[in-house]
Amino acid sequence: MDRQKTKNVQLREKNAMTRTISSLSLTAVAAASALCLLTSAPAQAAWEPTRPVEFIIPAGTGGGADQMARTIQGIITKHNLMKQPMVVINKSGGAGGEGFLDVKNASGNPHKIVITLSNLFTTPLATGIPFNWKDLTPVAMLALDEFVLWVNAEKPYKTATEYVEAAKAANGAFKMGGTGSKQEDQIVTEAIQKSSGAKFIYIPQRGGGAVAVQLVGNHIDSSVNNPIEAVAQWRGGALRPLCVFDSKPLPYADKIADGKSWGDIPTCKSQGLDVEYLMLRGIFMPKGVTQEQVDFYIDLFKKVRETPEWKTLMNEGAFNTTFMTGAEYAKWVENEEKRHADLMKDAGFLANQ
Amino acid sequence: MFEDIGNLFQGFSVALQPFNIGVMFLGIILGVIIGVLPGLGGANGVAILLPLTFSMSPTSAIIMLSCIYWGALFGGAITSILFNIPGEPWSVATTFDGHPMAQKGKAGEALTAAFTSSFVGALFAVIMITLVAPLVAKFALKFGPAEQFSVYFLAFCSFVGMSKEPPFKTVASMFIGFALAAVGLDTMTGQLRLTFGFEPLLGGFDFLIAVIGLFGIGEILLTIEEGLAFKGGKARINLKVVIQTWKELPKYWVTSLRSCLIGVWMGISPAGATPASFMSYGIAKRTSKTGHKFGTGEIEGVVAPETAAHAAGTAALLPMLALGVPGSPTAAVLLGGLLIWGLQPGPLLFVEQKEFVWGLIASMYLGNVVGLIVVLTCVPLFAAILRIPFSIIAPVILVICAIGAYTVHNSVFDVVMMLVFGVLGYILKKTNYPLAPLVLAIVLGDKAEENFRQSLLASQGGLSIFWSNGLVSTIMALGLIALFWPLIGAAWSRLRPAPASA
Repeated sequence: MDRQKTKNVQLREKNAMTRTISSLSLTAVAAASALCLLTSAPAQAAWEPTRPVEFIIPAGTGGGADQMARTIQGIITKHNLMKQPMVVINKSGGAGGEGFLDVKNASGNPHKIVITLSNLFTTPLATGIPFNWKDLTPVAMLALDEFVLWVNAEKPYKTATEYVEAAKAANGAFKMGGTGSKQEDQIVTEAIQKSSGAKFIYIPQRGGGAVAVQLVGNHIDSSVNNPIEAVAQWRGGALRPLCVFDSKPLPYADKIADGKSWGDIPTCKSQGLDVEYLMLRGIFMPKGVTQEQVDFYIDLFKKVRETPEWKTLMNEGAFNTTFMTGAEYAKWVENEEKRHADLMKDAGFLANQ
Repeated sequence: MFEDIGNLFQGFSVALQPFNIGVMFLGIILGVIIGVLPGLGGANGVAILLPLTFSMSPTSAIIMLSCIYWGALFGGAITSILFNIPGEPWSVATTFDGHPMAQKGKAGEALTAAFTSSFVGALFAVIMITLVAPLVAKFALKFGPAEQFSVYFLAFCSFVGMSKEPPFKTVASMFIGFALAAVGLDTMTGQLRLTFGFEPLLGGFDFLIAVIGLFGIGEILLTIEEGLAFKGGKARINLKVVIQTWKELPKYWVTSLRSCLIGVWMGISPAGATPASFMSYGIAKRTSKTGHKFGTGEIEGVVAPETAAHAAGTAALLPMLALGVPGSPTAAVLLGGLLIWGLQPGPLLFVEQKEFVWGLIASMYLGNVVGLIVVLTCVPLFAAILRIPFSIIAPVILVICAIGAYTVHNSVFDVVMMLVFGVLGYILKKTNYPLAPLVLAIVLGDKAEENFRQSLLASQGGLSIFWSNGLVSTIMALGLIALFWPLIGAAWSRLRPAPASA
């Protein structure tokens, strides 16, 4: 019985391996096949990728976008949702600008998709690089990422109100850690300062994981980590969530730590901290692709959303699972861009300010 | 404690299943190939091969992936020694004495020393992980921005004055590195620096591009100038070399032990394997009796950096397991894999997933043993590469370098930059500017700058944060001593009443 099982595993492994190796060699000749593609696009019933699909992450390894993209790659491979392999590539340079420009310059290429975070808006606004989300084709919103106010569990603050009072009393000496500069974490911090009147020293770090560790080590006083970046430390009893920056409590009732679930965290608004912020986790393609090609990916991501692994990820990270496509999605992105432009203008984060 | 040892043996029994041993060999071989190809690197390699493991049980999968990691660590030394092309940042220090040894026809000895030292370093770190994991994890949390900066400061300081070249040339070379490291986005302000509106420069200069160019292409240019003679062709190629080298190695046990400790400390702190290897080489050079000969092909100069790098690389996995925080990009990719296997990384992994954690730790022991066997049996094979005439192998190296440079970011611009760095490397070598400080500054420059500015933000501009507690002031003091060591040494010998030498 066991031997049979092992044999099966080995067989499957062999298959997987052949696939991976062919994906490697395929990537190597990707440039060559780009030329062939021009001549080999006859009208077919439903479009399908004809060579490996590049999945660009405009952020470094280990962050939230990276975790999500690699999970998606794993799901697609494991469930055989696509005939061609998917290759995940991190292009994190220039706060993701490198990745976005790469997709912008690949106009008409249906074998490239990109996952976005708020740097879709913040990077061009803060650095002035020649890029706008309108240089891309929106495919689908996969989820929205929540933001939570975290403190070290050794600290006495049990509520956001207590914490904000302490921060005010400290007269600007409290340190807020966050990912990057003039990006989502600092925007949320600015909004907290504006709403509460407390002042923080904002300390930018490279990634969300690093921020959580600095908080555990008491090198900063608080963070606005995404749930998935800090959940492990919460479960380990090192961090405490105070409030969530959403309009209503999170819909997850599974107990995580101290007998509390994500749903037990009060909204910041109910704590007198009138700040709401959600971050896009969405998929875009280059400009100049056909509707058929967009539809293929919409369909693909619908299938991904049905898998148990995806549901586990959503649960772990307490994501808001709103799904949007087409015109509705484009409209949402447009509003969000305006909101970011306003927020960043108020904070003095714009490149030409 | 006893329970843990029981768990470890349970882990061994899991790791020793025939399927898992097969997976181990496969992982090591794939890893060595990844390590040999510059640019592919551990993180990319693991990411590409990750889907391969989704159909396995989590324990087999992590055994395979960690073996790829060990394999890549071993493989990095091969190109450093044979061709002076470090495939990974922590292999740079290995080239200092490893490549001269190969040129003298002692490639087999150098490879054996490198592999064996890697093994010793990794084994030491695994034993530390087994015995004191929770304690050590807490130590890692003590490192805030100021402490991190002090570690980088120590790494830079132990380098100045270490080179054969005049200290000012070292400093000049280091500052070119700092300038190059500053290109791209400044994490602290979110502003672009030194890109001059030129889009390809957004991402700054990747260390790998610089190293492949400076060392690899530069070396090829030099060899061409010297008339295509490939030194080291007469390397002995049989397995006796391994035994003979092993007879010599125990002499360096002090260096070895010191390098292990430096490595474990750097790996946990987590400054990483690169400062560990440089620091260990620097200190070995200072303290060794044959220190003045370092750089000309001393075996001790291979032992020190390799031991430290691998102790650090292994110890870096500890924060990942105990804190859920990846200590390196490779560890980050591994973490992503955990999720697919249905495991929750983080502080509770040790409690909730005992079988997995101890299976992994057991595979660290066995994977290293398997790795050592695989690479040592291949030593003659690797050394034989040097017998191929240079005019045949040079184009091959050039092509591998170009592919490596392209792979880093899938960008043709990087290949062009590699060639530019190659010319720069050639010029610097001809004018006797040391390359290593430049590379060190590119690798660690922006991290050091970031931590320095984070510290100053936290202290609101006060420099006193760098001696605000015992830990940070000790490391800073060590750094200053290392920086002024040549002066201190000179003063000391003058103050001491000269013995009857006159």
